[in-house]
Amino acid sequence: MADDVLLRLSGVHTHIGRYHILHGVDLAVRAGRLTMLLGRNGAGKTTTLRTIMGLWRASAGTIAFAGQPITARATPGIARLGIAYVPETMGIFGQLTVRENLLLASGPAGLDPARLARVFAVFPVLKQKFQQAAGTLSGGQKQMVAIARAIIEDRRLIIVDEPTKGLAPAVIGQLIEAFQALKHTSTTILMVEQNFHMASALGDDVAVMDDGRVVHTGTMRDLAADEALQARLLGLSLASHQ
Amino acid sequence: MSRDWPALAIVPAIALLALPLMPFPTWVALTAAGAAMGMMLFLMASGLTLIFGLMDVLNFAHGAFITLGAYVAVSVLGWLAGWAGADSLALNLAALAVAVAAAALASGAAGVVFERAIIRRVHGKHLQQILITVGGMIVAEQLILAAWGAQPLQVAKPALLRGSLILAGAAVEKFRLVAVALGLLVFAAMHLVLNRTRIGLLVRAGVENREMVEALGYRIRRLFVGVFVAGTALAGIGGVMWAVYQETVTAAIGADMTILVFIVVIIGGLGSVGGCFAGAALVGLTANYVGFLEPRLALGSNIALMVLVLLWRPRGLLPLVRS
Repeated sequence: MADDVLLRLSGVHTHIGRYHILHGVDLAVRAGRLTMLLGRNGAGKTTTLRTIMGLWRASAGTIAFAGQPITARATPGIARLGIAYVPETMGIFGQLTVRENLLLASGPAGLDPARLARVFAVFPVLKQKFQQAAGTLSGGQKQMVAIARAIIEDRRLIIVDEPTKGLAPAVIGQLIEAFQALKHTSTTILMVEQNFHMASALGDDVAVMDDGRVVHTGTMRDLAADEALQARLLGLSLASHQ
Repeated sequence: MSRDWPALAIVPAIALLALPLMPFPTWVALTAAGAAMGMMLFLMASGLTLIFGLMDVLNFAHGAFITLGAYVAVSVLGWLAGWAGADSLALNLAALAVAVAAAALASGAAGVVFERAIIRRVHGKHLQQILITVGGMIVAEQLILAAWGAQPLQVAKPALLRGSLILAGAAVEKFRLVAVALGLLVFAAMHLVLNRTRIGLLVRAGVENREMVEALGYRIRRLFVGVFVAGTALAGIGGVMWAVYQETVTAAIGADMTILVFIVVIIGGLGSVGGCFAGAALVGLTANYVGFLEPRLALGSNIALMVLVLLWRPRGLLPLVRS
């Protein structure tokens, strides 16, 4: 298992101002798998993702990507290793068109028609809205732009923070299909998700956080099958999420 | 765009509203004067609004770069007195172009130093930005006084740019037409760069969400420096035009313009180049019409205009949307 770890966090602490948010996070994300990062509100999931991206600095511990330490790297340098980040707020540029949003996420050669065709195959609505300002799209369409930006180039790791937040069930269904298609390409994904239905539909591995630490790791299948464990770790049962 | 058209239509609307209130030749002369003043204000203010938009930096020392540009114009036009005084439009324009280029270089270079020495240390701290940039303005003024002396300096307009042309029965100063042409040229260039190049795309994205631009792998720090330098260079160009227009330069020329420049930026919407263009035109036209119709109100007309615009659109004519 250790050999196929693409991203490893060891004893990571993060302070934001005078608040101590992460208290020694240990996490391993295996290559080619979708790892779900679950936990109650305030457990430190988003902080963990932002610390990986260098948007908040780890005050102690190490983060290694493909065996290379990235703890001290600046955010652009981390992204250039092939890591895409879809934040909880989606982070789309509302005044830019869908095309311009995708162009910014593309390499120096610009938008590749073949890759664009793949994105449109996953999110057909983006083809119709291609020249439209992203800020004028619906919430679900904005999330599609945010994810499309992550997949417009080949990435070694995609980090996604709560992609279903505030979205209608129909859109969530579309996103599940999109991520399932992405999984078939063996892309490594680390995802924070509050929607247990989505988490159990997509996750291969799972890590559960509480109070700034990872308190459980295993397979998503095992967690989905164990309601008592869900209740203990997440305070909820599978039935209540469905 | 549908939301933007009333903000853009207000500029021609003000001009048309003024038309029945005065004889046509007077209206033509005042409109040309207002447009020229507006374009010179745009040159000075466009850099400031871009610096605020991308870097979230309130640079109260912006006037120092206007002043530096003005003094460089005095020196360059002095050295090129032969060209500036020649009976040749090409040589006259060449002298002005060299002064503009030299001022842009000098103000841009000063911008590099200022960004490294001062601005870099106060990112995200508005109170410190105000205090330290006001201090920087005072220090810069003193340095300029030390270099060029305390006496006001005269700068003559190039020979064939003096005097007026008769347009529609109105006398329109030739230099004002040059100012309008340069302002439009710079606006068109900025529009092209911002909308047709990858750098422009990054600037627009950075204005909205700096963090996400970094998360996409771009080093926004370099972009910051580039925009700051471009902004200060534009202030220098504005300083050249204002100095030649006024024909007198003092160390306070930039500080005197700072309030007006901030009014333009606020009216346009902080960080918006298009808004800055519309705001500058509006301020220039209003100042000239009010100055003619009711001179006693001229001094307060810009503040009144800003209040009215903000009552109508609290975030300015064309505000930016930040993520």
